Amino acid sequence: MFSNPDLLKFIFGRLTLEAIPYHEPILIVTFIGVMLGGLALLGVITYFKFWGPLWRDWITSVDHKKIGIMYIILAIIMLLRGFSDAVLMRAQQALAFGENEGFLPPHHYDQIFTAHGVIMIFFVAMPFVTGFMNFVVPLQIGARDVSFPFLNNFSFWMTTAGAIIIMLSLFIGEFARTGWLAYPPLSGAAYSPGVGVDYYLWGLQVAGVGTTLSGINLIATIVKMRAPGMTFMKMPIFTWTSLCTNVLIVATFPILTATLALLSLDRYVGTNFFTNDLGGNPMMYINLIWIWGHPEVYILVLPAFGIFSEVVATFCGKRLFGYASMVYATCVIMILSYLVWLHHFFTMGSGASVNAFFGITTMIISIPTGAKIFNWLFTMYRGRIRYEVPMLWTVGFMVTFVIGGMTGVMLAVPPADFVLHNSLFLIAHFHNVIIGGVLFGLLAGVNYWFPKAFGFKLDPFWGKMSFWFWLIGFYIAFMPLYVLGLMGVTRRLSHIEDPSLQIWFVTAAVGVALIACGIASFIIQLVVSFRKREELRDVTGDPWNGRTLEWSTSSPPPDYNFAFTPVVHDHDSWYDMKNRGYGRPLQGFKPIHMPKNTGAGAILSTLSVALAFGLIWYIWWLVAVSFVAILAVAIIHTFNYNRDFYISAEDVSAEETRRTELLARQV
Amino acid sequence: MTAEAPAHEDARNTHHGHSNGHEAGHGTFKSYMTGFILSIILTAIPFWLVMGEVFDSKILTAALIMVFGAIQIVVHMIYFLHMNTRSEGGWTMMALIFTLVIVFIALAGSLWVMHHLNANMMPMSPEMMKNMP
Repeated sequence: MFSNPDLLKFIFGRLTLEAIPYHEPILIVTFIGVMLGGLALLGVITYFKFWGPLWRDWITSVDHKKIGIMYIILAIIMLLRGFSDAVLMRAQQALAFGENEGFLPPHHYDQIFTAHGVIMIFFVAMPFVTGFMNFVVPLQIGARDVSFPFLNNFSFWMTTAGAIIIMLSLFIGEFARTGWLAYPPLSGAAYSPGVGVDYYLWGLQVAGVGTTLSGINLIATIVKMRAPGMTFMKMPIFTWTSLCTNVLIVATFPILTATLALLSLDRYVGTNFFTNDLGGNPMMYINLIWIWGHPEVYILVLPAFGIFSEVVATFCGKRLFGYASMVYATCVIMILSYLVWLHHFFTMGSGASVNAFFGITTMIISIPTGAKIFNWLFTMYRGRIRYEVPMLWTVGFMVTFVIGGMTGVMLAVPPADFVLHNSLFLIAHFHNVIIGGVLFGLLAGVNYWFPKAFGFKLDPFWGKMSFWFWLIGFYIAFMPLYVLGLMGVTRRLSHIEDPSLQIWFVTAAVGVALIACGIASFIIQLVVSFRKREELRDVTGDPWNGRTLEWSTSSPPPDYNFAFTPVVHDHDSWYDMKNRGYGRPLQGFKPIHMPKNTGAGAILSTLSVALAFGLIWYIWWLVAVSFVAILAVAIIHTFNYNRDFYISAEDVSAEETRRTELLARQV
Repeated sequence: MTAEAPAHEDARNTHHGHSNGHEAGHGTFKSYMTGFILSIILTAIPFWLVMGEVFDSKILTAALIMVFGAIQIVVHMIYFLHMNTRSEGGWTMMALIFTLVIVFIALAGSLWVMHHLNANMMPMSPEMMKNMP
């Protein structure tokens, strides 16, 4: 059989033994580590007989809280992968000067910086943000789940499928060597003939299905399922920012999908949309991808702004300053984010008039963002500030983000951009806003909502350790890059000639080591908190003296969230209810109608991985089989009418009585 | 739309796969037939324009096909998607306007940007210009 190359080609497409990178010691060690870790995990699950509960309670779950938690777990796992890429890059750049070639060959280094960008944006920041929106939004608006619970489960598994496809590229074949947006002509068939760009394309397309659908789902949830009395101007700010983010997702992800589809056509069937000849134009790709790419930045940062708004109001014990201006600022940012995309390629040569227009719109967008910073500051002014961990992240954010914002305005000036374009100054700028803005927000959110999700607080000591390591590490890692950028060092270099620059790169590497301590502290924080969970237990459901509806439920909330749908009178509705001496209803419970779990989402996503794998390696029989299977499973799923059940009134009553007893024991 | 309280739906209604309250109407046999016939006519005319070679100018033909396509989109939205200013409390209209704004920004912006790039970054002699595909 092995002497028949045609048959082999039919079965394996272009997948050969050569695709397994056994000649790369770094990858082999990683592979062995992942295998041992994976086997240990599977062993633990089997030993403790977790398979049943894992399938019944998590994988098939349509509960928005569990899906939100799973999104965040995915994000944290991918953060570790993306961060190890960062460590490799920083180490390489700190070493590779003059004679020293460093330890990464250029083709490997190029894959690493591409993977770092793709993973951090698509598989860390996006699932993290979506996870928070999933977990928090229904609770904040007094709903029992999202509008389309199955769709939610499906979205999550499609995002995970995308992450799995990207991870596969580490051990089977290679990843793209094109940079995180895969600009043609480099990413076209002529210059990137391997599977790297195909992994990139199909990973993002599969994950994009999940992102778009979850955007639709959350818009529908926020628009249609708010508690009675919660008008738009009484919605919590986090819900507002989530709404705007999801509108951005729904309006922009189709552009990404279409652009990547055109590039796929170029690579697979030989069209010439983005090639150099036959009428193709690579500049069009860059134009289109940034029409998606710029709103994407705001997709990430708006929910972080929402988290900070909730945290500031809660930990200063005050109503958020300028609620209405916050809402309008969010909406203005949402619209303006569509009008700035060209600032990513000022240097491509559109000329003065076009560059001036986009430079000015970019500067304008800093106005609503600045208004938000002042709103948070004025909320803190004369507030009773409690410097708990979420508040620390918020203050750290305000300082750091302002610096990042100012360098952003510098980059928005087209003549300055001609000097700074593609330099390390740019890298420092966007890490400044993405780490200082998005990531700090997400970690504030983890510390803030963790007790709601799991019923115990996170350990504050390790939380503070994590915060200080991250903050100081961030400055030490990225401030040198600003300097280097101003000196003219460009991004994505695997080797640098001038030895006088080495000190800056070494300093940056020290910063990354500190950030590594920050991540380690975060993981220690999770472990320590789990071990001390009885001490840290939150019985009240309202550990921070919160202001929005999610704190009116128990921690963790029951499956049905609210035994009775709350009625809202004010925009800090739970604070308002507490002030008016709200009493929990203790009787008269009714059966609650709930959606039933289903495995269809996990099955469809597994088949999507197979489909993408076939497409990447030209294994056409696998493509055909998995495509037909996807259609079949989807159609069979539509005939599943057994999708709902009732939580009986007795069960609701028992659950609520348990809570009443717990609360009574407190006082 | 901010003033009115949102329609409160009990979880009882919201979790049904297909039976939750459509505020948009379902259309009648007559409206579906009207939409269907209009669509056929609007599809047939472009075919006739191309196959009958009605106009000499290809640009005019292409422009007309685009116009008929745009009208067809409106017909589909009204007769098949049941969109009007009132359905879903005005939300479908809001979503439509927002979509149009975004599509306009993306299309007009791209054309503008690409036109300038073409003018600035594609130096070519008159001979090259003549031999353009």
